[in-house]
Amino acid sequence: MKRRTLLAGAALGLGLTLAGTAMAQDRTKACFVYVGPIGDGGWTYQHHQGLLAVQEAFGDKVETTYQENVPEGADAERVLTQMALSGCDIIFTTSFGYMDATNAVAARFPDVKFEHATGYKREHPNVATYNARFYEGRAVMGTIAGRMTKSNKIGYIASFPIPEVIQGINASYIHARKVNPDVTISVVWAYTWFDPAKEADAAKALIEQGVDVILSHTDSTAPLAELAKTPGTIGFGQASDMAEYKPSPRVSSIIDNWAPYYIKRVQAVIDGTWEQTDAWEGIAGGEVEIGEITEAVPAEVKAEAEAMRDAIAAGTYHPFTGPLNKQDGTPWLAEGQTASDGDLLGMDFYVEGIEGDIPK
Amino acid sequence: MDLSAINPAVLIASLMVAAVPIMLAATGELVVEKAGVLNLGVEGMMIMGAVCGLAIAVEAESPVLGFVAAAAGGAALSLIFAFLTQVLLANQVATGLALTLFGLGLSSLIGQGYVGIKPPPTPRLDFGPLADIPVLGTILFRHDPVVYLSVLIVAAVWALLRFTRAGLILRAVGENHDAAHALGYKVQRIRLAAILFGGAMAGLGGAYISLVRVPQWTDGITAGAGWIALAIVVFAGWKPWRILLGAYLFGGITVLQLNLQAAGARIPVEYLSMSPYLITILVLVIMSAGRGRAALNAPAALGRNFHASR
Repeated sequence: MKRRTLLAGAALGLGLTLAGTAMAQDRTKACFVYVGPIGDGGWTYQHHQGLLAVQEAFGDKVETTYQENVPEGADAERVLTQMALSGCDIIFTTSFGYMDATNAVAARFPDVKFEHATGYKREHPNVATYNARFYEGRAVMGTIAGRMTKSNKIGYIASFPIPEVIQGINASYIHARKVNPDVTISVVWAYTWFDPAKEADAAKALIEQGVDVILSHTDSTAPLAELAKTPGTIGFGQASDMAEYKPSPRVSSIIDNWAPYYIKRVQAVIDGTWEQTDAWEGIAGGEVEIGEITEAVPAEVKAEAEAMRDAIAAGTYHPFTGPLNKQDGTPWLAEGQTASDGDLLGMDFYVEGIEGDIPK
Repeated sequence: MDLSAINPAVLIASLMVAAVPIMLAATGELVVEKAGVLNLGVEGMMIMGAVCGLAIAVEAESPVLGFVAAAAGGAALSLIFAFLTQVLLANQVATGLALTLFGLGLSSLIGQGYVGIKPPPTPRLDFGPLADIPVLGTILFRHDPVVYLSVLIVAAVWALLRFTRAGLILRAVGENHDAAHALGYKVQRIRLAAILFGGAMAGLGGAYISLVRVPQWTDGITAGAGWIALAIVVFAGWKPWRILLGAYLFGGITVLQLNLQAAGARIPVEYLSMSPYLITILVLVIMSAGRGRAALNAPAALGRNFHASR
């Protein structure tokens, strides 16, 4: 801060031109770290939309930079350090795997604010976490999936065995079964967030197993591209609308809308009111949106899905409402009881009816 | 686990598709190595083919032109290798490795504008009623043209090496370039042609990934397929039909492990993921170990540079 004041003071003395430069240095700098390329059409694309919204909202007052394709692990720490050194005031790290790197770098740069998406570690006062209740969207998709499947087999391309993904699998299955008691779910673990070749292979294997509705928890559009090759199968946009696959195989989508949160947090940095928080908004807060349900879905199914979306938004329905048992049959939620946020954030079990084990 | 959910006909059909990229690249590399050149740049040439193929297919809206461009792109990159090793007599191993790194970087640069773009679909060949034959129709008559082309190329390479004069000359150059030179064959020109063929095949294989199998562009899309192709050439003992076998085995287990996962097999995912690499190499090693002369199959002049003055 001292150096900046000094610079500004010197610039004032030197005249207008230099004052301009010093002003530029006083702009708030918001930096973003992406796990995939912006062009993935999914997760990273949507975070980048958030960055663009920040730029749009603040104009010249804020400078934004980003780095794509940053691997989770040691590389992330290097990139974060670089960003902190280059004068970023707030850094958004947009993938679960950046959790430890974010906290490690935050310890060394107490003046820089760090915002980690989908994580739970806030070891330092300058680390906040934010997430979205994707499982609310999964409940709506699960309802459509249960109604639309003809083979009674739905598939789920999972990334890593972390609570967020397991919530998605459970929410999808619970709601598919609710409207179609015969439904079964096959889960394929891809062990990647973004690898189109692997995602396409996984989708293909699921289709060969007779699955005709696929939900994906990875970032690319490859599963939809694979579904497009097989008539009669459908899927959903994940993280982004993936509208180029409308009206089928993409019949609806879960859209992550990070823009309001990013604008709010950058504003807080500008105002000096930034505080450590743990944000977890869902459909009600506008962070999770349900993309247009296309004409490939019968009107009554569409109405049912939209009713569920509205009930979740209004707070009258929680996707994890008892009675629900864990996979091994032990009771989890009693009749009418809803899952606590703590339960959800630590979710490491399937609900009753799902076959297979969660990899360790 | 419900193994009955896995339909063998569908499985065989999709393993044929999964094997195409490695098979094309490995066949190309086989010809290169038979001419006595070790080009470790297969991965780089594949990914160049992948990005060139996608870019041209998108711009021209024609998958056929895309494949042609992919072959040209792979061959163009291999031309750098040919110039360095055949004219400047650079070390082949180092040059090949550099080629891979260069190809990965260059493809990433070219591909920047194409991330997330859908290429035009490659149509399946229409065999009419043949496709409706139970089992056989599914396995044999419902593919895109490149699947058939890849098998044809293996057959052609086999026939060329075994029955033709050109094949004999190529092998002579690879076995003993001094003798071939003494007989009046243009060693460097023959090697150049082989390297270009290898590059074109690797490019085709790469384009199959970005145009048919995935189909889209992303950095590093070949994900090590080029290295598998290289390994298959060695473990197949430089024999074309064994390359086909190796590629089908690898493709088959890749497909099978995902199917097993989807069918709910109680085998840890980590073991399933490593199984294609492990089993393919194991089978090919066992096949070539029995005869005790696998090493003798390697072209004698493999990796050695030739200059007429020596």
